[in-house]
Amino acid sequence: MQTPVLEAVKLNKYFHEPQEFHVLNDVSLTVQKGEFISIMGKSGCGKSTLLYLLSTLDTDYEGTITINNTVVSGLNERALARFRNRHIGFVFQFHYLLPEFTVLQNVMMPAIKLGALDTAAIEQQAMEKLQQMQMQDLAGKPAGKLSGGQQQRIAIARALINKPDIIMADEPTGNLDSANTAIIFDIFHEIAQQGNTIITVTHDEDFARRSDRIIQMVDGKITG
Amino acid sequence: MSLGLNLNIARVQLLARKRQTVVAMLGVTFGIAMFILMISFMKGVNQFLQDLMMSTTADIRIYNKLNTDYSTSLAGRYFSDPAGKWIIVRHPKPKQVNLNIKNAPGIVNDLRKSDRILAVSPLLSSLVIFNYGPVQWAASVDGVDIMAEDKMFGLSAKMIAGRTDDLLRMDNGIIMGYKLAKDLNLAPGDLVTLTTQSGTQLRCRVVGLFKFGISTMDEFRAYINLASMQQLLGKDRDYITDIRIKLKDTREAKKLAAVYARKYGYTADDWEVVNASIKAGNTIRDTLTYVVSFTLLVVAGFGIYNIMNMVITNKLKDIAILKAQGFTGADIMQIFLSQSLIIGIAGGLLGLLLGFLLSFGMSRVPFPEDGYVSIKFFPVLFESQYYFFGMLFGILTTFLAGMLPALKAAKIDPVAILRG
Repeated sequence: MQTPVLEAVKLNKYFHEPQEFHVLNDVSLTVQKGEFISIMGKSGCGKSTLLYLLSTLDTDYEGTITINNTVVSGLNERALARFRNRHIGFVFQFHYLLPEFTVLQNVMMPAIKLGALDTAAIEQQAMEKLQQMQMQDLAGKPAGKLSGGQQQRIAIARALINKPDIIMADEPTGNLDSANTAIIFDIFHEIAQQGNTIITVTHDEDFARRSDRIIQMVDGKITG
Repeated sequence: MSLGLNLNIARVQLLARKRQTVVAMLGVTFGIAMFILMISFMKGVNQFLQDLMMSTTADIRIYNKLNTDYSTSLAGRYFSDPAGKWIIVRHPKPKQVNLNIKNAPGIVNDLRKSDRILAVSPLLSSLVIFNYGPVQWAASVDGVDIMAEDKMFGLSAKMIAGRTDDLLRMDNGIIMGYKLAKDLNLAPGDLVTLTTQSGTQLRCRVVGLFKFGISTMDEFRAYINLASMQQLLGKDRDYITDIRIKLKDTREAKKLAAVYARKYGYTADDWEVVNASIKAGNTIRDTLTYVVSFTLLVVAGFGIYNIMNMVITNKLKDIAILKAQGFTGADIMQIFLSQSLIIGIAGGLLGLLLGFLLSFGMSRVPFPEDGYVSIKFFPVLFESQYYFFGMLFGILTTFLAGMLPALKAAKIDPVAILRG
């Protein structure tokens, strides 16, 4: 059974600074539920730009994006924030945990923001996610004190906490050594097998090869 | 739900950089403490000067103002020229007038019935020459009802020799300022001769000395009984030039002065008119206080503005990640504005405490003794409204100072930061 969870139609985007530049040129894309997609391409081909458009963080574009049967193009800032909180999980290249908070608090935060469950239930779920990443022993540590690989695994746990429809990852292994890269590979593979939809931008051939589908981009167009 | 989470984030971030938070807080603390100290002290000085002034000034003074308008003349009426166009008297000589208030005892009795009035004191005053042996000295002598005068100005408390009611017991007694007595080398019990401008004389016995702490009073003022004064000036027993009134509520003076002026047909001045210079001094000190306090708070505000701007620059990544997780611009603003406000409120409360301690300390510092001014400690007022305003200004300043950086934080584009 094929259910599209994300549909992008004729996306166009321009950069105006430092000079007029057509970054994305009529990009259309459909992502099925449970798919693990890698977007690849050279630097400047627009793959990261596409990811930020799809993730609703960037709203300055032409075209239509539909996620989970909701047209997100044209929604206001407040509605988009709520939508991201509920439906999208993020993993970034530089892991970006809040350094003053503990590991557990970082993981819990999107769920507290959503406010669907009480704190005790959220804490239990967060601990489950941390166990899945084998990070439960670090739950009480301040996030700022951890290594890059550890932080990235916690960021993945955080991305999963609200059971999002899509997980978006921008170069999740771009800043890690090979040992940690291997661990993150395995985690992504595992969560993909659990039925999560994942869209990731990557340079890493090995990483891309283990995904369901690879989207190649050249000069703002999808070539395959 | 979101507010609680946002406040928690604000709290954690504040605690994570304690030193910076404390520095920002101390700025507000000192600003507000200085405001409290300055306003308490300045208001204390105002109060002290006003008390000093009120110790010699009646709330309302009713008197017969000398008419100095010589533009009309009886000559016109006499020669049938009512419009005064044809008969012009050049450089007329002032006519002999009595400056007394007609029916003064009636007015005094009428005033004493009012329940807004604390004391009414009739007065007949004149400049006289004091003769003691070969020494001659000019001073003003007030003929008064000494019991009413005591009620007006609390004379008993200012006596350093004798008692006010000795004046009633003694035929032709006189109470004078201690410096006047010193200048004339008089002591209680001595006889002194008063000579008026018209040459009439009266021998009085010194029964008491007073000290107001104001040299115009202590060196140039004496009291005798009203009847003695009337006798000295050769006037009848109803001859009174001034009626002075002490009110229960001083603030009513302006209003009531106008009422009495209309009712009795004489000029009535309230204390604010008589002491306009003191009022001006009060205004200047108040303005000074507000200007200095405002400057201090603005400096504290700039401190907060700077620190919050720096914090936000350091927290760009965190702001981006919060936005990606679903925090709105309004949430981000709440987080950073509440940090400013926490700094403002905590710093403000500390400032109130410090301000109180400084004011209290100041009110315990002995005032340098100089024999003129009767004050023991620096004058400081403790009024809850100063603390209320201090807190209000503190919160307002931090709110404004925190608003700009918080707005900037709310507008940050997360994509630009997350892409590195």
